[in-house]
Amino acid sequence: MPHDHLSPSGHPYRADDDTPLTYWQTMEIAVRELLIEKGHLSAVEIQHQIDAMDARSPANGAKVVAKSWVDPEFKAALLKDAGSACRSLGFDIGPMHLIAVENTDDIHNVIVCTLCSCYPRNLLGLPPDWYKSREYRSRTVKEPRKVLGEFGLEVAPNIEVRVHDSTADMRYIVLPNRPPDTESLPEEELAKLVTRDSMIGVGLPKHLSELNA
Amino acid sequence: MTDFFGKRWHDMGGDPAGTIDHDQHDFALWEKRVDALMVLSSSKGLMNTDSLRRVLEDMGPEAYEKMTYYERWIASVTQNMIEAGAFSPEELATKMEEITSRGDTYGAAT
Repeated sequence: MPHDHLSPSGHPYRADDDTPLTYWQTMEIAVRELLIEKGHLSAVEIQHQIDAMDARSPANGAKVVAKSWVDPEFKAALLKDAGSACRSLGFDIGPMHLIAVENTDDIHNVIVCTLCSCYPRNLLGLPPDWYKSREYRSRTVKEPRKVLGEFGLEVAPNIEVRVHDSTADMRYIVLPNRPPDTESLPEEELAKLVTRDSMIGVGLPKHLSELNA
Repeated sequence: MTDFFGKRWHDMGGDPAGTIDHDQHDFALWEKRVDALMVLSSSKGLMNTDSLRRVLEDMGPEAYEKMTYYERWIASVTQNMIEAGAFSPEELATKMEEITSRGDTYGAAT
């Protein structure tokens, strides 16, 4: 690998508005203005799309997971057709196919996109930078336990690790195990235990003792 | 091509790679706008996920190392818009030149 000593990006990602205008930023402005001038898009549409994107966060996915923990009927529907089940809760998950994969005492699931950066973005928001990195994309399908270890998650040898490789048309979300001693917790509180990483499969939900931490 | 392993560069599952960098950056406004342009252009039928990826993959591994995620995306969106006839390369060049004359920062030029 000629470039594997480099980060996926050869230079810093962050470019604040007060740094020199870059070529690619200039291109973004140009494309946006041309599409508006030609009547393909409006400035309001673009702002609304950004607002909608900003409003999406792992809290959406957490609601879905928490509901599946307390509502067996919903869970069955989610495992059968995650897209429809999520839409029934009012989440606009777009045209993509969504598959929920359930962790059990014997199985731990983790999701990746080896080809690009496919992610259940309509349910979890935009993917974290590491999800799009060469390192995560390359290694998760080959040495998942080692990768999970780098996230601080040691999966016991007797638990099967299943890696799900997303595509542009097929996205996954992990349904993590409900934490112990949460039988009396209401759905809204349960949702607070569900982390983004637990729905990607590189982490677990918070423990009850971390509820307000 | 001497180092062809039966798959293209972007198909990197299983390739050797280093440890995972957990640093996270906040998305800048211009990056969110690129994302919005991709989503909206797709909803208007000017491009789709496959055409986005086709251009990204054709950029080759050098672009993956040298450009940021949304830099690659705007390059792909632009190529797709030109192919869809949304605007011409000449119109793009003229517009970009005009924008650079507005100011030295993204905030000033946008």
